[in-house]
Amino acid sequence: MSTAQHTVLAVNEAGEHRPLIITLFALFVLATLGITIWAGRQTKDAADFYAGGRQFSALQNGLAVSGDYMSAASFLGIAGAIAIFGYDGFLYSIGFLVAWLVALLLVAEPLRNSGRYTMGDVLAYRMRQRPVRTAAGTSTIVVSIFYLLAQMAGAGVLVSLLLGITSDAGKVLIVALVGVLMIVYVSIGGMKGTTWVQMVKAVLLIGGTILITFLVLLKFNFNVSDLLGQAAENSGKGAAFLEPGLQYGATGTTKLDFISLGIALVLGTAGLPHILIRFYTVPNAKAARKSVNWAIGIIGAFYLMTIALGFGAAALISQDEIKASNPSGNTAAPLLALHIGGVDSAWGAILLATISAVAFATILAVVAGLTLASSSSFAHDIYANVIRKGQATGREEVRAARWATVFIGVVSIGLGTLARDLNVAGLVALAFAVAASANLPTILYSLFWKRFTTQGALWSIYGGLVVAVGLVLFSPVVSGDPTAMFPDADFAWFPLKNPGLISIPFGFLMGWLGTLLSKEEPDAAKYAELEVRSLTGTGAH
Amino acid sequence: MATDAPPPSKEEHRLPSAEEFSEVQNSADFGELRRSFRSFAFPLTIAFVLWYLLYVLLSNYAGGFMGTRLFGNINVALVFGLAQFVTTFLIAWWYSRHAAAQLDPKAEAIKSRMEGDA
Repeated sequence: MSTAQHTVLAVNEAGEHRPLIITLFALFVLATLGITIWAGRQTKDAADFYAGGRQFSALQNGLAVSGDYMSAASFLGIAGAIAIFGYDGFLYSIGFLVAWLVALLLVAEPLRNSGRYTMGDVLAYRMRQRPVRTAAGTSTIVVSIFYLLAQMAGAGVLVSLLLGITSDAGKVLIVALVGVLMIVYVSIGGMKGTTWVQMVKAVLLIGGTILITFLVLLKFNFNVSDLLGQAAENSGKGAAFLEPGLQYGATGTTKLDFISLGIALVLGTAGLPHILIRFYTVPNAKAARKSVNWAIGIIGAFYLMTIALGFGAAALISQDEIKASNPSGNTAAPLLALHIGGVDSAWGAILLATISAVAFATILAVVAGLTLASSSSFAHDIYANVIRKGQATGREEVRAARWATVFIGVVSIGLGTLARDLNVAGLVALAFAVAASANLPTILYSLFWKRFTTQGALWSIYGGLVVAVGLVLFSPVVSGDPTAMFPDADFAWFPLKNPGLISIPFGFLMGWLGTLLSKEEPDAAKYAELEVRSLTGTGAH
Repeated sequence: MATDAPPPSKEEHRLPSAEEFSEVQNSADFGELRRSFRSFAFPLTIAFVLWYLLYVLLSNYAGGFMGTRLFGNINVALVFGLAQFVTTFLIAWWYSRHAAAQLDPKAEAIKSRMEGDA
């Protein structure tokens, strides 16, 4: 599929309604910039910048967590995966949701009790600070960049659909615009501004999804069975469309890929730095628990509605049209909005514009959250504790974080143009695999294993990170496949698109092995402090 | 080291010493809190991960069973998927109830004793 063909379609569909789309989007940008400037004025010290002053309520943070979590992957990616592959796309919804139980039961409260600003705070608690913080900072930034890549791919896709921008220069311009906005949000508004942006976005996304779900169900008189039946028929695949296996059932290898994806999804969430730092924005562990509960409710409701979005798109739009617009289905949700309103009607145009603006808002907000996580980790873990050896003042830390924001913004703009034709949910699943391989083992060992040592932490973080990223590099995601980042090259020897099946057990194994083989004694006094703090909240305010 | 300090406090609380932390870690009531947390959270985590893996494996290797139609176009696979939603909501609720009833009171008692503002 050439870019030119994409475009003909895009221009036809979005056609004359571009002013409306741009107006809605501009409204969101203006409103969020207003919030950011307001929040920036209230951001005085490091606790404000990193943790929003720790004064958000459980409901507010629950909304913000949902906003951070329901990325372009959830909205565009899952809807597209279901629209093309039917039931197999639904695995994402299930895995993304179940994963929250790991965060709720094992990670959220101990993290809030024992950390301060970053994931590295907890990992380095009883270890030698400098090497472990360097490792934690590195993996935070790598995971966030994978995640950013997916969001930027989503932005690029939307832009070609909506604005008819075809030239590479035009796309770079839009990705750069997203990057600049995110730099402004984060460097001015800090955690306080970003949290409010997430809340606004979460409400918009849920509202837009409820609207489309309602309209889809209305069309089928609220008979889900009829909706599924028409989706199966219209897809041309029949009953197989509603059963597992269309995407992953072909061979033994693709079945392993399905397991790999499933494991990465369920274990990744509790290792995502931009989610973990959200637990620092509430006053105590009880509020962290409640905010996860809110998030599970909100996110669960949203993922239930992806059934209507994905199967609705499959039922009402032809497969040819979905794939012509984007080979991985990333534009199925906005196309559904257009079709449900009527392709040539004003109502269809308004719906398309609304849903597209919501998708833009989603991308912008998540990108801001990711950037905040990585620049916080750079400033707090690497700059303040490794480079300045703990001697930096709060003001200096915040200044470093603001500069890191600019730097990460520029890097992600640079990477943003690479991954256009990959399914956004699949890309995000890579970030989940890296997080589950490099971060989760160390978090769990640190909190719960008395003998865990610095060497164990380092082997686990670097081992998980190197294997996960390395396997992706030599997988069909990067080369040797028509939808790969470099479709013309072929250096793929690892057959699975998601590395989790290998890299996650490897991360756990390395943590265990590194600990057993280390010569140093674990710091018993520090573990006593960490354990008592993490379970009781002593010293956390 | 400055960065090892606890999260900044709005009101000043006394910070326990390393000896006190070790003492509390070995105390009976902290042991009770730890047991109460671990004996609930760990088995439950293993259980829901296995339940989820069962779903993934059945989707992969029991296509015929998952494709069985129950009513209309609703098949076992869809119901199984929705069951994962239901169990997630139930486990979140169950854990939160356990935490509020069993963990919070114990944790707060230890915390306020250690910070000396009981």
